[in-house]
Amino acid sequence: MSLNTMLVSDAAPPRPRAAAPHPVIRLIVQRVSLGMLTLWVVSVIIFAATVALPGNAATAILGHSATPAQLHALEVQLHLNRSVFDQYGSWIGGILTGHPGKSLANGLPVWSIVGPAALNSAVLVAVSGVIASIVGVTLGVVAALRKDSLFDHASSVLALAVTSLPEFVVAITLVILFATVVWHVLPAVSLLAPGTYAWANPRELILPVATLVIVTVPYIIRMTRAAMVEALASDYVEMARLKGMPVRRVVVVHALPNAVAPVVQVLGLTFLYLAGGIVVVEYVFAFPGIGESLVNAVTNRDVPVIQMIVLLLAGFYVLVNIITDVVALLATPRRRLPR
Amino acid sequence: MATAPGITVPAPPARHHEGWAAIVRQAASLPRGRVGLGVLGLVVAVAVVGPFVAPHSPTASIVAPFSGPSGQAVLGGDMLGRDVLSRVLDGGWVLLAMAAAATALGVTIGTASGVAAGYLQGRPDGFIMRTVDVLLAFPQLVFALLLVSIIGPTVWLTVLAVGLSHAPQVARVMRSATLDVSERDFVKATELLGVKRRRIMAGEILPNLVSPLMVEIGLRLTYSIVIIAGLSFLGFGQPPPSPNWGIMINENRQGLVLNPWAVVVPAILIALLTIGASTFTDAVARVTIGIDRKAETGALPALVAGEEP
Repeated sequence: MSLNTMLVSDAAPPRPRAAAPHPVIRLIVQRVSLGMLTLWVVSVIIFAATVALPGNAATAILGHSATPAQLHALEVQLHLNRSVFDQYGSWIGGILTGHPGKSLANGLPVWSIVGPAALNSAVLVAVSGVIASIVGVTLGVVAALRKDSLFDHASSVLALAVTSLPEFVVAITLVILFATVVWHVLPAVSLLAPGTYAWANPRELILPVATLVIVTVPYIIRMTRAAMVEALASDYVEMARLKGMPVRRVVVVHALPNAVAPVVQVLGLTFLYLAGGIVVVEYVFAFPGIGESLVNAVTNRDVPVIQMIVLLLAGFYVLVNIITDVVALLATPRRRLPR
Repeated sequence: MATAPGITVPAPPARHHEGWAAIVRQAASLPRGRVGLGVLGLVVAVAVVGPFVAPHSPTASIVAPFSGPSGQAVLGGDMLGRDVLSRVLDGGWVLLAMAAAATALGVTIGTASGVAAGYLQGRPDGFIMRTVDVLLAFPQLVFALLLVSIIGPTVWLTVLAVGLSHAPQVARVMRSATLDVSERDFVKATELLGVKRRRIMAGEILPNLVSPLMVEIGLRLTYSIVIIAGLSFLGFGQPPPSPNWGIMINENRQGLVLNPWAVVVPAILIALLTIGASTFTDAVARVTIGIDRKAETGALPALVAGEEP
């Protein structure tokens, strides 16, 4: 087994299309169809959540002070006067054709609220995720190479403490340090004019991104370190060292490629985590993304907006899972070969 | 049990499982376990004893809004001039009780379905794990928000929502732990004796899942605190007049420059709470991994290490 592993890993970095492509394509087809199925079930659950509103959804949304005329109008808008299957059909049909209805809070089309917000959030997640990945993987590899050094111990204790901190505690700490009490060098809240996008004023991205990086990096460090330590302790690395290969080459050619698959899984989980983490962080910094929109929508019981955002986030989850699986497969030459 | 006369049934092979108390004792003897338990104990003490020693009512306005520390209010006043110290002392126990209840709920449901899936296999396994896959397609906080949006924010609903959002993750871990245990000789032996499957799960499997169960409880408690404090911070926990560390941070942050203590003290307490809980959980995980290596069960997967942050 160890000889086999060694031979395969000796065959240089992964070459995706060189081996028989069947397992990869089969996996992609399988994962994508499973993802579609998951999304469909998720849409049913999200829809069921609105149907489950106690009593009449219209009353629950408008409150008991609503006039009969208002109630009737909302019932028609939500298609409450039709059967449950009809309601689901017209809802999901609207979403698939790009017309997910209107917000109950202000009557604007749902997409005009969620669309720009989703773009802002995507920027936030992408920037935070990329920075966290680079910083986390680098520090994790360094910690693994200097196992049991002061740096290793210090980073593991710090990582353990920071990992568990709620995002809003980190965010508030940053606000206290850099935006109010101690220094006043960065904006405490985003003041983007409606219709403008996050990249228009990068200064307002600094604190939200810093918060998300701080809460995700420790986890990436821990997991990268574990994967690298395991790879460095393997037979093939020992073999390479014994035959006199320079340490740097051993790390880059033998250890790193074999740590890629677990690290990719970790980075996938990090992006999934960011999708939930943005909710609180965007709220703290009044950042105009889907997280803040979701909090507002839940406060206002703006059901169409809630449905759309939760469905988007679930879609993001499914997509990241597919990408993670495929990349992890491509990074593991053994599993690429047809059985 | 029915056996042919004259045949003695050999006693099932001894099972090795360590008690809860032993694991806690061993974890507490590690340096990080001691630190974690100490920090956790300190914050819990503040939360539990606090309401009885608070100098003022947590809801009475006694000083000017956001006034700084004074003889009357040691940590100053909050947005409505209420005593920050009294609100801090009174604002922890509900948070802790909610987190404990959500953890109990999530771990119970998750363990029951995970053990059932892992032991029964076949159709129940498929059904439970597909459900888990679907539920894991939501961020935990978003899942909780979706449930909260259905009925509106109330204490019990928040507990229910957070507890349910834990269940799929717990189920996954407990299922894989159950798969390991199910293969062992004493389970096979008990099956041969004709014991009912429900009794095997409760009497043979569950007692041998103490290690992963303890780690799960620790992890879920930490996440419960984070999520419930977060929901309170967002305004979906306890209704406003009641004090709560999460709400306090949110409602007093516009007065950050005038009286930072109204934000800093509850933030520090929440931070210590989660740091203490996760550090102690890490110690428990280290102890249990050691135990399982000793028992040669093929070592449990790195439970803590395998979790999302």
